[in-house]
Amino acid sequence: MSQPDLIIHDEKDNVGVVVIEKTKKGQDCSAWIMENDKTIKVSSTNEIPLGHKIALKDLKEGDTILKYGHDIGKVVKSIKKGDHVHVHNVKTKKW
Amino acid sequence: MEIPKSFLGYKRENGRAGTRNHVIILPVDDISNACAEAVANNIKGTIALPHSYGRLQFGADLELHFRTMIGTGKNPNVAAVIVIGIEPKWTKRIVDEIAKTGKPVEGFHIERTGDIGTIMKASKKAQEFSQWASEKQREECPLSDLWISVKCGESDTTSGLASNPTVGNLMEKLEPFGVHLCFGETSELTGAETVCAARGATQEAKDKFMKTWTSYNDFILKEATDDLSESQPTAGNIAGGLTTIEEKAFGNFQKIGNLKFIDVLEPAEEPKKGKGLYFMDTSSAAAECVTLQAAGGFNIHLFPTGQGNIIGNPIEPVVKLTANPLTAKLMKEHVDCDVSKILSREMNLSQAGDELIKETLRVANGRLTCAEALGHKEFVMTKLYRSA
Repeated sequence: MSQPDLIIHDEKDNVGVVVIEKTKKGQDCSAWIMENDKTIKVSSTNEIPLGHKIALKDLKEGDTILKYGHDIGKVVKSIKKGDHVHVHNVKTKKW
Repeated sequence: MEIPKSFLGYKRENGRAGTRNHVIILPVDDISNACAEAVANNIKGTIALPHSYGRLQFGADLELHFRTMIGTGKNPNVAAVIVIGIEPKWTKRIVDEIAKTGKPVEGFHIERTGDIGTIMKASKKAQEFSQWASEKQREECPLSDLWISVKCGESDTTSGLASNPTVGNLMEKLEPFGVHLCFGETSELTGAETVCAARGATQEAKDKFMKTWTSYNDFILKEATDDLSESQPTAGNIAGGLTTIEEKAFGNFQKIGNLKFIDVLEPAEEPKKGKGLYFMDTSSAAAECVTLQAAGGFNIHLFPTGQGNIIGNPIEPVVKLTANPLTAKLMKEHVDCDVSKILSREMNLSQAGDELIKETLRVANGRLTCAEALGHKEFVMTKLYRSA
């Protein structure tokens, strides 16, 4: 059980959470999936701070972000695998 | 871990047990604060609970005010109560309801006497109550005497990953002992509302939850001038990596573990269906929420935080936990339980839940929380609408 760089809640999720102080550009991150205890690899395309999300696949405008296996918002600007996912490219579907 | 079957609490006249032994000076209204604070300043071992409202309120808003005042006085963490209001009628209404618990309570009104005379009369009674309460001893109480409320604040993604699930783990382990449990934060379940409603133990509980959430959401949609992105998530949430209200809601929801809720409570309403988990319709602002839960009768509070919320409550001890390693390091004096090792996988969720149970029981037995040691006693009334 080495320390993961990212944690993913659910196998269905298309984002993971950075759990180290920050990822470096080009860093090959190990991502632990809590639901099934598997580990996958994702390369970070830029610096992403602790607690922030990283895309696990390419996403286009209108796609749904899944976390906890649930819909947490929509993509408003296309996202590449390994990109930082946050308020600049994702919006709520509520309000 | 074998869970202890009891804790050391203060047995009260009505059969409940307290984790604290406060003598409170409760102002009925904003203009009685000065008097209440003067009494608490005169008499050691008492605490005043100043607040901002209590005049010209009406309808459901006034009922909530009374429910919060009365519930605060009835809370088993309170040994005795002095109530001070400007007028006799509302003061008496609160005194009479608190008296039903059997605890010492006495009311004073300021009109026709003035502050100084009232302070003198109330101080004499407060001294009597303080000395009487000081002789109360902690006794062994079953775990089922714990009424645990939960609310998270200054959340970030570490809350949903680790500190909120730690609270959920504690709930799953303590529910079989017959404790009362309570979660709230109606607004911060937005996005997870149907998933939350499905956790109602009965169709009635499910329907009641959806009705409560929809009523709140209708109000937000009516009053909102923008998309609320400036308020929900907060700037602190966003700095911590939370992007949308839906993400915040699913993180929030981790606090109840796999439990089902048996009933939906009005703000500050006392649960009446026995042991188990309740949802209370509350504001998501920390101090308002904890004040309402304390008024509902809950005697110990668990508060997971991500970026570092510092809230406390004057009568209900607030145990704070965090899984954010930076918060645990930079705001150490606010953190009762550090579960950040979950993120590095040096600790699993069950171990974290055990640590939180141990810390909760230490606090129930009398250990001061960080917030108590630092003097946090936020007492904030929830106001529903404008006054008459």
